[in-house]
Amino acid sequence: MKKSSLFSLPYIVWSFIFVVIPMLLVIVFAFTTTDGQFTIENISQVSTYTPVFVRSIWLAFLSTVICLILGYPMAFIMSRALPYNRRTLVMLIMLPMWINFLLRTFAWMTLLENNGVINSLITMLGFKPLRMINTQGAVILGMVYNYLPFMIMPLYSVMTKIDNSVIEAAQDLGASSINTFVRVIIPLSLPGITTGITMVFIPAISTFIISRMLGGGSNMLIGDLIDTKFLGNAYNPNLGSAISLVLMVFVLLFMSVLNQFDTSEEKEGMVI
Amino acid sequence: MENKIIVKLQNIAVDYDGERVLNNINLDIMDKEFITFLGPSGCGKTTTLRIIGGFQAPVEGDVFFDGKRINDLPPYKRQVNTVFQRYALFPHLNVYENVEFGLKISKLPEKERHIRVLEALELVNLKNYDKRRINQLSGGQQQRVAIARAIVNRPKVLLLDEPLGALDLKLRKEMQTELKRIQQSLGITFVYVTHDQEEALTMSDRVVVMKDGDILQIGTPQDIYNEPVNAFVADFIGESNIIDGLMHKDYLVEFCNDYFDCVDKGFEPMEQVQVVIRPEDIKIVKPEGAKLSGLVESITFKGVHYEIIVNSLSHNWIIHSTQSVEVGSLIGMEVTPEDIHIMKRMEEE
Repeated sequence: MKKSSLFSLPYIVWSFIFVVIPMLLVIVFAFTTTDGQFTIENISQVSTYTPVFVRSIWLAFLSTVICLILGYPMAFIMSRALPYNRRTLVMLIMLPMWINFLLRTFAWMTLLENNGVINSLITMLGFKPLRMINTQGAVILGMVYNYLPFMIMPLYSVMTKIDNSVIEAAQDLGASSINTFVRVIIPLSLPGITTGITMVFIPAISTFIISRMLGGGSNMLIGDLIDTKFLGNAYNPNLGSAISLVLMVFVLLFMSVLNQFDTSEEKEGMVI
Repeated sequence: MENKIIVKLQNIAVDYDGERVLNNINLDIMDKEFITFLGPSGCGKTTTLRIIGGFQAPVEGDVFFDGKRINDLPPYKRQVNTVFQRYALFPHLNVYENVEFGLKISKLPEKERHIRVLEALELVNLKNYDKRRINQLSGGQQQRVAIARAIVNRPKVLLLDEPLGALDLKLRKEMQTELKRIQQSLGITFVYVTHDQEEALTMSDRVVVMKDGDILQIGTPQDIYNEPVNAFVADFIGESNIIDGLMHKDYLVEFCNDYFDCVDKGFEPMEQVQVVIRPEDIKIVKPEGAKLSGLVESITFKGVHYEIIVNSLSHNWIIHSTQSVEVGSLIGMEVTPEDIHIMKRMEEE
């Protein structure tokens, strides 16, 4: 055994116990009944939850698009800023992440509540209060707020590698700002785009606490559904595993489609 | 060479971080000439090039292209193309697509694009490399792609920012000849930036010597080499012996405790000057009767000639000679009046 592989042994053991075995358990549970008999009943039952799947995908999709629209220009501005300003901007993006994600989501609850901070302000100014909490909008807001840094950081790290002289070369060859953007900057930042999408879409599609806290009961997502099958009153770990398995297969398909767009050989910025 | 001015720089000044990096630059660049900005790093040569390319705006002064003022014209609308210092090729495109970039932007039909790209690749001797990826090319090949990508657009002026800086010596020499050939076959203006004096002298029609944001001298390579305007230019363009001297009257200069005839005039009587003598202009003679003599400190074989260091009156002279001498021996040195160049004294920094 080579020395380098010896050092990786602890991690291999770790991932076997905490990744491979649980994965296999999920598969076993998904294809068995409570008595341990083989069945495909669980898998076929997943289709009854199609609306939940559709809603999850739709909200995750919207959140990812919004993150990309907000994050792309931000990442570009950061990558072109002076080194000192760069550090400040990275700090501003990372700062909220130093506080636990649950606490931040709780903060949003108090802000968005019917008698919350925002509505008190609105009524004080003489306007009618808005219904914000327990809406899909609130769920999307929560997801964008929490996952935006995961979009910006990979984009930023890829964009800092784009040499200014390449942009100047494009201009020198007659490309206007728009042409330079479409023909040079976007293609060169593609690895960051695919990584950013992956890092936002995948946690967004399986999120459960954000939807429960900000979306109320009417906006159940896949994550909440799985949660109820394991911890809730609708206890059914076999069905829960089946739903998890379908979700995993979907994510894998999504990733392989996304990777088709990333033609660069080095796969820069690729994390997953 | 035609006497048409293609680029005119008028009273150009540039500040960077509150510091003046270009001082009142005035320069006419002629159509179809090979002109080189030469100077040490930080002298403003690249900045001057970027002003012509449109990547830097002057705080004062005007830039004219073909008689029209182009100060406010963005880079992508200028009829110049640039070969960048580190090539700046597009890593996501292959060789063909890189060269095609400018033509695609100008919406040239596919057929014509194809002909012109292949033409350009042939000109830089990269005919069968069109499908290669950029990271599969050597430095010299990337350099050629960068040149092809610029010239395929048929610019009137090609700007080259130290394009050979990253290449090894042998390749650099080859590319110098190559660039000169390309310039002559295209018949366009090349504006070339380098800190390598030999490169400047080899390729250029005219050389612009710059220092600290000023133009010190503009002239043909021969002018610059034989008649440098001051000791800095003399020293920068090849090795020189620079000695303090005193100009007694026209055609008579005193240095090293003796009087020498020279061919310079127009200085104040008794003006302090600097005397520049090229190492290859000093003849080794017998010490008896020679005006200058000294002990040989060292001798180094340089291939074509020996480099001899001679100490005379506590000044170290450099002599280039095909003649070998003994270290420690006493030799005489002789200089003809034509080889004594008198310069105004420079402010010491």
